[in-house]
Amino acid sequence: MESFFDFSPLVQEFGTILAGFWSTIRLTLMSGLLALILGTILVAMRVSPTPVLRAAGTLYVNILRNTPLTLVLLLCALGLSDTLQLAISTDPGTNYYWWATAGLSAYTAAFVCEALRSGMNTVPVGQAEAARAIGLTFTQTLRLVVLPQAFRSVIAPLGSILIALTKNTTIVIVAGYIEASAVMKQMFDDYGGTLPIFLGFAAGYMVLTLPTGFFFGWLAKRMAVVR
Amino acid sequence: MSATSVLYDVPGPRARLRNNVLTLLSAIVILGIAYLLIKGLGDKGQLAAKLWTPFLQWDVWSGQIFTGLLGTLEAAALAAVLALIFGVVFGLGRLSDQAWIRVPSGAIVEFFRAIPLLLLIFFIQAGVATMSGYTIGVPAFVAVVVGLTLYNGSVLAEIFRAGVLSVPRGQSEAGYSLGLRKSGVMRLILLPQATTAMMPAIVSQMVVLLKDTALGWVIAYEELLNYGLKQIPANFGNLIPSAIVISLVYIAINLVLSYVANRLERRSRRSRRTTATVVTAPAAVGVSGGGGV
Repeated sequence: MESFFDFSPLVQEFGTILAGFWSTIRLTLMSGLLALILGTILVAMRVSPTPVLRAAGTLYVNILRNTPLTLVLLLCALGLSDTLQLAISTDPGTNYYWWATAGLSAYTAAFVCEALRSGMNTVPVGQAEAARAIGLTFTQTLRLVVLPQAFRSVIAPLGSILIALTKNTTIVIVAGYIEASAVMKQMFDDYGGTLPIFLGFAAGYMVLTLPTGFFFGWLAKRMAVVR
Repeated sequence: MSATSVLYDVPGPRARLRNNVLTLLSAIVILGIAYLLIKGLGDKGQLAAKLWTPFLQWDVWSGQIFTGLLGTLEAAALAAVLALIFGVVFGLGRLSDQAWIRVPSGAIVEFFRAIPLLLLIFFIQAGVATMSGYTIGVPAFVAVVVGLTLYNGSVLAEIFRAGVLSVPRGQSEAGYSLGLRKSGVMRLILLPQATTAMMPAIVSQMVVLLKDTALGWVIAYEELLNYGLKQIPANFGNLIPSAIVISLVYIAINLVLSYVANRLERRSRRSRRTTATVVTAPAAVGVSGGGGV
């Protein structure tokens, strides 16, 4: 019972914990970047005037959005990497890192796509009609009128997706890559499931998510389009 | 493309031709990608009949997939009910005039929303074991349900709060001027209107909850994912076909739930029974909109 409130494991394992959170940050940033790129491609498909591209984009989003992330990551690690022997790198650590990143980005891209698409939908049709009426071409309309307004209204949703992504990196534990939650699990096994260890890791995640939330909230408010 | 698109004007003859050419090209590219995927699976022997025929046998479905699905649905249903109760209690707690109720409720809701669900599930199992001196083992089912309840309950609490706040102030003022007390205003005026406004967000959160039951895999709770990726492949050595079938089951259930959410949203947008605007699931700390990833 006394060991339940013992803080010393946090001090002893401080280096390991920091290394775990560094892995979490690396996963978050890399998957966030890839998801943003893939999500932008997907949203371009979903709003294109080509029915085939629209259908393909919709299919992708509906599949990935309705499948549990655990399943996506397991399919990457157990299926693509282990069963099909598709190795991204010969080093197992690097290999699992990239497969985990691939799974996280593929899953998150579906949500990025939907956020961007609803951002596009917030731009009133009158804006585009006015742009056409003064003789702007398609690219000019997009570059000068539609995208600037759409971009501002997706800042807040993209921020919450980034926060969700940070929390979702914990599920990478099923894909064999060691990040903060795997370190916590190991410490629970070594030192017992004590409250300080749990609160320490919870605080670690809050240090990552809270500033992100405040920053995106501040940015969204600052950039908001007054209508 | 409808005529009211923000991006495109109504296409003329040249634009139509260009669109048709694009359609043809993109169809070729997409079919090419699909062909390469299927050929890749075939080359690795993943399309062999013996890997897929198990899914034509009734006892694989009744004995494993439906058993797993039952585990998933049991955990999801119980957690959904408990999370709704948790959400009502803490959502209304956060709206209280009494600081000693409002502040702790707010702290609890923000804490459980800010930390990853998996951390919570690990701690429920390991924490209770350690505290009891390794005499009590928390069953995986309980750990999953409690974790899902605390996390989704906190998100639902925010949805409830946003729902009640989305009712225009004039409504409660009118209630007070009729001589209703605070409880009466909440029960008779605010909650009925808020419920209509937040139904879509609640149902969307249920999709998130159902998907999150898959975390049971990590602590070996016997749900759909466990049967689909551990037990069926152990018998037939067909991990990839099994994963595909299992994900189709998840997608089917979630699409039905999403469809219900859309229907409810359209209905409450049309409804004149509420003055509140439709609530979207609030995202974590300090950001508005989004949610449910």
